[in-house]
Amino acid sequence: MRDRRLGRLLRRTLLYAAALAFTLFAVFPFYWMLITAFKQNRDLYVGATNLQHIPWIFNEPPTLHHVRLLFLNTPYFLWLRNTAFVGALVVLITLLVAVPAGYSLARLAGRWGERLGIGIFLTYLVPPTLLFLPFARLVSWLGLQNSLWALVVVYPTFTVPFCTWLMMGFFRSVPRELEEQGLVDGYSRLAVIGKVVLPLAVPGMLTVVIFAFTLVLQEFIYALTFISQVDRMTISLGVPVALVRGDVFYWGSLIAACFLTSVPIAVVYSAFIDRFIAGLTAGAVKG
Amino acid sequence: MALRRPAEAPFLAPAVRPGRRTVADRESILGPLLLAPALLYVILLVGVPFFMAILLSFSSAVAGGLEFSWVGFRNFQVLLSDGQFHRALQNTLRFMLVSQLLVMVLATAAAHVLDAAFVGKRLVRSLLLLPWAAPVALSSMAWVWIFDSTFSVINWTAKKLGLLQGWWYWFGDPGLATVAILTVHVWRTFPFATVVILAGMSAIPQEIKEAALMDGAGFWRRLFHVNLPMLLPVVAVAVLFGLVFTATDFSVVWLLTRGGPYNSTHVLSTLAFQRGVLGASLGQGAAVAIFLLPILLVVAVLLLRVARRAEVGA
Amino acid sequence: MGYVEIRDLHKHFGDVRAVNGVNLSVEEGELLVLLGPSGCGKTTLMRMIAGLEVPTSGEIYIGGQRVDENVPPRARGIAMVFQSYALYPHKTAFENIAFPLEAMRLARESIRERVVRSAQMFGIERLLGRRPRQLSGGERQRVALARAVVRDPKLFLLDEPLSNLDAKLRAVARFELKQLQRQLGTTTIYVTHDQVEAMGLGDRIAVMDAGRIRQIGKPQEVYDDPADTFVATFLGSPPMNLIEQDPHTIVGFRPEAFLPRSVFDPAEDVVTYSLRVREVEYLGSDRLVYGFLEEEQRTDQPVIAAVPATITVPIAEGEVYEFAVPRRALRFFDRNTGRRLERAGIVRVFPT
Repeated sequence: MRDRRLGRLLRRTLLYAAALAFTLFAVFPFYWMLITAFKQNRDLYVGATNLQHIPWIFNEPPTLHHVRLLFLNTPYFLWLRNTAFVGALVVLITLLVAVPAGYSLARLAGRWGERLGIGIFLTYLVPPTLLFLPFARLVSWLGLQNSLWALVVVYPTFTVPFCTWLMMGFFRSVPRELEEQGLVDGYSRLAVIGKVVLPLAVPGMLTVVIFAFTLVLQEFIYALTFISQVDRMTISLGVPVALVRGDVFYWGSLIAACFLTSVPIAVVYSAFIDRFIAGLTAGAVKG
Repeated sequence: MALRRPAEAPFLAPAVRPGRRTVADRESILGPLLLAPALLYVILLVGVPFFMAILLSFSSAVAGGLEFSWVGFRNFQVLLSDGQFHRALQNTLRFMLVSQLLVMVLATAAAHVLDAAFVGKRLVRSLLLLPWAAPVALSSMAWVWIFDSTFSVINWTAKKLGLLQGWWYWFGDPGLATVAILTVHVWRTFPFATVVILAGMSAIPQEIKEAALMDGAGFWRRLFHVNLPMLLPVVAVAVLFGLVFTATDFSVVWLLTRGGPYNSTHVLSTLAFQRGVLGASLGQGAAVAIFLLPILLVVAVLLLRVARRAEVGA
Repeated sequence: MGYVEIRDLHKHFGDVRAVNGVNLSVEEGELLVLLGPSGCGKTTLMRMIAGLEVPTSGEIYIGGQRVDENVPPRARGIAMVFQSYALYPHKTAFENIAFPLEAMRLARESIRERVVRSAQMFGIERLLGRRPRQLSGGERQRVALARAVVRDPKLFLLDEPLSNLDAKLRAVARFELKQLQRQLGTTTIYVTHDQVEAMGLGDRIAVMDAGRIRQIGKPQEVYDDPADTFVATFLGSPPMNLIEQDPHTIVGFRPEAFLPRSVFDPAEDVVTYSLRVREVEYLGSDRLVYGFLEEEQRTDQPVIAAVPATITVPIAEGEVYEFAVPRRALRFFDRNTGRRLERAGIVRVFPT
């Protein structure tokens, strides 16, 4: 009897230890970012060969120096504004394009709908690392070098396919009978879409907004290819590329930027993750 | 309920109104109309550049200029005898397969651990999402800092624990650089896979789990004969997304190593960038990037097949 | 011409003939039930009348007007209630009922008046502020009906609106539905697979199978005078007993007409059988006796007798009893086609 209880205790402990290990692996870089961002320089820049100094804790009191530097002496806020600008426009374009397309594929396209839907989703897989070369040509031909508009035009190429597919899944989950009831109740197909289907698809559209915005935030290669002027950069481009003097990174401020930008996004994500995965796997499973 | 006859029911009685059909009713028009913007966007801004890229690979086009001269298969011939290209192709495949294999094991294990009724499950799940939620470029920079030769906290910890004799120059050694890149790839993709698998696990009907328990199946037997087969479609979806990410990844490799040291960690994407944009040789760059297509095609086919099987089996 | 006329209607989905040549005339003000098993085409037929499906061929007339794809559902003067009630989840009960009126662009006050009146008809005024998920099954059904009634349409289409209710509620709901239809006098087409419901509700019943109408008639007609073996066995629970009399004929009689010989008057014109009893089910109001006729060699399909509880003749399993059927209760069908034969004038069923 004691053996069994011991065995169970052992298993429990192993379980929690394993969970701890996984979580630590995922999370420790953020902890490290947090520490780095608020450490004084003399606490931060200590060679790792010095085993007496423990880098994992604050040996000196934390400081806002790096953050202040970031906010006041770098184009950080300008980059945030650029990113917000591009993000808002791209999200708008994506919604306007992907929502009707998703509905059309879900309800109005019959057997074609299945195939076209898959086709559109597949374009999501065409890598930016192939397209960025012709785009570079296109952008210089249109005179959009160093312009945020280049990004506004190009980013929907990866947000629209994915979000169309997402919306297709969401629209499929609206019961068909509700739309038919609307038709019988006195509305045209178009009116039914507007008055019955769209209100029910709002959660789906919200997920699309979040997802499209995150895709914009994460994008690096197009930004790197099209934009070289520092004050036109987006966050994902500016932080790695422009927080540097010659060869030297301003690690404190750089990491502070990484941390301060990542955490709010992560918070928003964990609020939406359930719905997002449901949409993802439902779309994958039900086609 | 008692039916009460209304005192007075004004007769609205809409009778049949023939010939009332408008465009708003015609589904055969609405369908294509609603789809058109997306289709146009995709054709114009994905399809056309796609073919342009293919054309570029057959040319000696140069960035900054607008000439385009046909050189046939020369770019490809050059590549096939180019050691760097072969290395890049190998690296792409290696990073894809090794990282996702690790992810499969790690994520399945993590999902099972989390599934075992757990205090703080929600918190752990939210924390697990951090690597995936953080923008790639920013978390890559954090890892550059973590692997920095002078200040690496990993080196310090390993040395302190007595695990390290010499020193790890992460970005100065091709082998270590590869490990670094793999670490970041796994770190980025395993949390998403874990969460997806967790969701899949909760979708396994309770009756099946209970039936297995009643049949007296031990933990390992249950794992391999019940859980894993049922989880396969879900795991496949998660891993396939990871495969796409690692195959096309540019940011992680570029920011960590720039393809170094000595061009040893280039992948197809970074090599294409180096040749096409930095080297200004668009034709060469396009030729390199084209080799991503067969890889992605295989992944896409697998994805579709898994999706279809899951649909049929479900 | 009836209010709804259907002429040679077909609907094919690829190879499947869901509706295979239907002719139907629905009288104004009547409640016609489309009865049949799943997949018989009754719902497809109704959907074509509603305008939700386009016929492959044939014509539909509503109120004398031809309706085809140029007349969308909203222009047909109909109201429809689905099996799931299709209440808009994001709207309150009030807004649900008001929805059809809003399409007609009535004044707000006018809408409110009619919605309240319609709700009062079903006793749901106090529920108007609630959302569908806050309502019980019965309440949702009444909201759906109130919504159907609010426009005062000339044609109701009801697709199994009672099948989601608890069994206990169903009988009462059926009664009230019938009252409603009588009061309003609206032409109604009602789809169901439940033959008890059909018998209770319908002014006429159209029995369908495999895309065709097998028989139309008043409940009493289709029950007493079935046109073929399908109708004979579909109506009635337990179904009519069918016995192969000879290579060409099938004899049928209903379980309630099949009673112990001793129950009948000795002078009555009955046909007798020897029944070897296999099982007796005591159902409270009836005893169901399952057995096999000694005269027949069949051992797969038992013959059933429904003996009312008022008849207390002892019936034990394993024993053989003499049972009888009044001759006038016998029905004869062609063995090959299943169609009903006129009184064949065969005196003795099995030669002694």
